[in-house]
Amino acid sequence: MLELYALAVGPLAWLAFGVFVIGSLARLFSMYSLAKKKDAAFLSYMTWRYSLRSIFHWLIPFGSLGWRENPALTVVTYVFHICLFLVPIFLMSHIVMWDTSFGFTYAALPDGLADGLTVAVMVACLFFAWRRLSLPEVRFVTSTHDWVVLVLVLSTFSTGFLAYHQIGDSLTLTTLHVLCGEAMLIAIPFTRLSHMLFGFFSRGYIGSEFGGVRRAKDW
Amino acid sequence: MTTTIADRRIEDAGLEAGIARLTPEKIQKTIQAVLAGEGGARLKTYVETCVRCGMCAKACHYYMSHKDPSYAPVGKVRQTMWEILKHKGLVSPEFIHQCAQIAYTECNLCRRCMHYCPLGIDTAYIMTFVRRICHKLGVTPQYIQDTAHSHSATLNQMWVKDDEWIDTLKWQEDEARDEVPDLRIPLEVEGADFMYSVIAPEPKFRTQLIYQAAVIFNQAGVNWTMPATPGWDNSNMAMFSGDMEIMGRIEMAHFETAQRLRVKRIVMGECGHAFRAVYDVGNRWLGWGMHPVPVVHSIEFFWELLNSGKIRMAKKYPGPVTIHDPCNVIRGRGLMDKLREVVHAICDGVVEMTPNREHNYCCCAGGGVINCGPPFKNVRIVGNSIKADQLKATGVKTCIAPCHNCHGGLDDIIHKYGLGMELKFLGDIIYECMEKKGAS
Repeated sequence: MLELYALAVGPLAWLAFGVFVIGSLARLFSMYSLAKKKDAAFLSYMTWRYSLRSIFHWLIPFGSLGWRENPALTVVTYVFHICLFLVPIFLMSHIVMWDTSFGFTYAALPDGLADGLTVAVMVACLFFAWRRLSLPEVRFVTSTHDWVVLVLVLSTFSTGFLAYHQIGDSLTLTTLHVLCGEAMLIAIPFTRLSHMLFGFFSRGYIGSEFGGVRRAKDW
Repeated sequence: MTTTIADRRIEDAGLEAGIARLTPEKIQKTIQAVLAGEGGARLKTYVETCVRCGMCAKACHYYMSHKDPSYAPVGKVRQTMWEILKHKGLVSPEFIHQCAQIAYTECNLCRRCMHYCPLGIDTAYIMTFVRRICHKLGVTPQYIQDTAHSHSATLNQMWVKDDEWIDTLKWQEDEARDEVPDLRIPLEVEGADFMYSVIAPEPKFRTQLIYQAAVIFNQAGVNWTMPATPGWDNSNMAMFSGDMEIMGRIEMAHFETAQRLRVKRIVMGECGHAFRAVYDVGNRWLGWGMHPVPVVHSIEFFWELLNSGKIRMAKKYPGPVTIHDPCNVIRGRGLMDKLREVVHAICDGVVEMTPNREHNYCCCAGGGVINCGPPFKNVRIVGNSIKADQLKATGVKTCIAPCHNCHGGLDDIIHKYGLGMELKFLGDIIYECMEKKGAS
């Protein structure tokens, strides 16, 4: 298990970050090339002003009609996404690893808070799972792909949570946690998690159409 | 209740004849050609990044009326585009029938769902893409295909012959001169300030709208003209049937007619889809970023006439009235404030609908749905009970809708749900209540 752990935090970590960064850049570049080749007449309507205007309104909780009409989902979505970034980046145990490997550190979240935020992510995942099972309009469009992505996020955070609380075999859980996290990173450019990359562009495009051409708000 | 499109199959002569000619192999060949030629980054991004959250369900009047997920925007995409891509186009003729039924008759391309999707996914574009595939496969509802044929043969939507067009204008001029003796409907006036264009249903069966517009322009003392040649019709059903080639021909004829007359701009009658075609779609197909000739909708033009004092109201129309915001000029052009200023200037008392402005529910006739004809009439009436509720909640008896399609759709809803409301165009009210100098 120790060898596997060493592999996970060593070569596999390099691989995961490499695939994530290079894969994301490659996907963004190829999508941009495709847009220039096939959608040039539409790409030309994109403007910074109206793209940012739309993105700004959609980043505000309850700032758009869609958010207002789905209040529970809105709250959970915001909490989920904020924690999804805050916890991995500012967790003390992660910063220690940066320090050990590369010798740099930065401010960390207090452990208790990070723990609470981790629970929030897990609860959010369960809420999403509940929606997929119970709401007809979500169940109707849910496929295996959606479950895989959800389970990936939930596994990453729950193994991290268990490892931190020393529930179960610490080494096994930590190793699993690292592997799940790496799988998630690798999945970002190639699954629906790619909305992290493309979401701002699709929102910005429609914001530009509404703002610059149609002179109406899109939130 | 959850159903699928297979549970509500509707027979249509055009769809049946279309699928009878197809095999899965033929379908695949066509779909792959369309995907390779026209499918780009938008389609790819939308399909890949949609997180299947279902937030868009509440955006759609069909879903809100049925509460059935197969009518949700994402539910429609699941039953059409995702399947097409999953099977790389190798699907059955019956499946194409389902695609056509969804894309042509269960989506008005109203773009309300873009106010619900955090990722800004344009479901209307995806449905337009499905229509394009269906058109290429020759599977289109018969009635809308007939209008596309008419556009192709006559450059207008309703088989109006060249001489009938001129004759109708002269007839309305004659009629109107009984009321305003010096009135003209000027034809072919080069260098006029604007060309007034209408949709083919106006000369065909809503001729009073041409009469009314002529009286309003006469009283305003504006320098206007109408063309005596094809190119006068600003409607465009080919845009909705998926026949982009004919769509482009119609728009080119329209713009070139305005250019031939050297008018400063085109003023369009109270129509929504026509405005979308001229303002937002045709120009792009023809390679213009915006328009070669400025395009103004009646709402904006009436707003100008009222604000500049060129027309004055003798009285206000007795209210209260409510305002229906047509998708194509509100979400499509942001005329909600001007519409309200005009209505407040001509009517006594306005009761707003909820939701309204950019968030208003569609009439369920637009996007070519009403043009799919009688076989699908109930689809759009039963599919828009939410609009009936919205109208009823205002408690008023007059609804102003500055769009032809909206009149068609709302009229059916008002009758079906026994709302006892009357529908008005802005032009109806302005004509009725304005000061008319020299009128008998």
